Amino acid sequence: MQYLLLIYSNEAEFSALPEAELRAISEDYGAFTQSIIASGAFKAGDRLEWASMATTVRVRDGKTSITDGPFAETREQLGGYYMIEAKDLDEATAIAVRVPGAKYGSIEVRPIFAMP
Amino acid sequence: MSGDLDQVWRLEAGRVLATLIRLTGDFDLAEEALQDAFAAAAEQWPCRGPPASTTAWLVGVGRRKAIDRLRRRSLISRKQPDLEIEAAIERQIAPWPEGDEAFGDDMLRLIFTCCHPALGLDAQVALILNTLCGLSVEATARAFLAHKETMAQRLVRAKRKIRLAGIPYETPGPDRLEERVEGVLAAIYLVFNEGYAASSGPDLMRADLCREAIRLARLLADLLPGRAAIEGLLALMLLHDSRRLARVSAEGDIILLEDQDRGLWDQAQISEGLALVDRALRVPGYPSPYAVQAAIAALHARARRHDATDWRQIAGLYEVLARLLPSPVVELNRAIAISMVDGPARALALLDALTARGGLDLYHLLPAARAEMLSRLGRREEAIDACRAALAAVRLEPERRLLTRRLAALSD
Repeated sequence: MQYLLLIYSNEAEFSALPEAELRAISEDYGAFTQSIIASGAFKAGDRLEWASMATTVRVRDGKTSITDGPFAETREQLGGYYMIEAKDLDEATAIAVRVPGAKYGSIEVRPIFAMP
Repeated sequence: MSGDLDQVWRLEAGRVLATLIRLTGDFDLAEEALQDAFAAAAEQWPCRGPPASTTAWLVGVGRRKAIDRLRRRSLISRKQPDLEIEAAIERQIAPWPEGDEAFGDDMLRLIFTCCHPALGLDAQVALILNTLCGLSVEATARAFLAHKETMAQRLVRAKRKIRLAGIPYETPGPDRLEERVEGVLAAIYLVFNEGYAASSGPDLMRADLCREAIRLARLLADLLPGRAAIEGLLALMLLHDSRRLARVSAEGDIILLEDQDRGLWDQAQISEGLALVDRALRVPGYPSPYAVQAAIAALHARARRHDATDWRQIAGLYEVLARLLPSPVVELNRAIAISMVDGPARALALLDALTARGGLDLYHLLPAARAEMLSRLGRREEAIDACRAALAAVRLEPERRLLTRRLAALSD
């Protein structure tokens, strides 16, 4: 079996943490990642940019709507994902528009966090 | 900044910044370089006189100042040898060969980036005023009755999103241009409307916002000529704004269309607007909703007296508009036009149907229009009730005073 581990957290609380605590969390993540790489369980994983960096794509009646933010409706649940390489947001949303689910649900386009 | 340079800033800041962003690939660095370039101008222009091309001079100086800044930053952190620093700077800052003065193209890039749909509307409007129009953060905050800190934060967030989400600094390709132009026009119209009828606060109008919106639409019409939606919006704004002086009394009270001194209407703006409407309506295909709204404004502008207004044609145009852009506000305006053609009874029936449908509950103009029709029908008690309902929903001080005066007149 394969599983996706989705990490939810409160961004406001998280970004208010002091520098030292953030570093400690980052080290925890590093250690955890190494441990599952060693055990062979690791397939892929990334930190995402803040939710405010997200863009939502929907297609209704053939018309594309592109909006700011992660606006999944409360009756929508996460059902799948693609990781893509694109030159910029316009190229990424042009691909997102073609995801079949864009016609009945919504596709959130969120950048992968770029390590500084 | 001296008065002359102030004037140059108003005209050039957006244009110079647009090119500096392309050359540096960095909004913040470009903004700092823009400030540096104007500081250099303040120092050098008074004694040497302004250069032949101010835009090119400011871009050239700004580009060099951006390089200086990158150099200083790298020297402070001292992580790399000098040669590597110079190579990195050369990679980041694009060359600017003599004669490369594609300022219009860069301005379009900046307009489309500021109005990218991945940014919220309030962020778009803040970017328009601060980045494109060169308004300071304080002035941008004032325009939206927001605190300076709130506005500064909104701008920082918007620029961070442009950078981190990968919003390209590009004019969209032909397949996306139409919808993106629509987005730009919606944002410009929002700036205008906030200036023309503020959503709240002590003053009815803020002329500076109207002027900025008109300036941007003019610019866009120059850069993307022959588009009905752009010309229609420009015409609409020019025609509405032409009535500015006649709309408010010296005491800041609203003067309704029927009571306005039409001699105060700006005839130059009206003729410019009328010519644009004619052009915009002649473009084949479905008419742009902006052009239809402009055509309605044109009929008002053409009427020398209020009782010479062609209400039949206005009602017809509202019907066209309701098909293109179904909205309860359009229905409300159509009902008012119909009252001038067929009388208040038919209009009241339309307004009652609109009230029953809901969706305009927070909009004071619906009960205000009902009050008007009821009063014209001699149904005074009901008119008073409707006027009170309008007063409960109104948010702008001059409109509250207008409704208070009407209520007093009804209660006499």
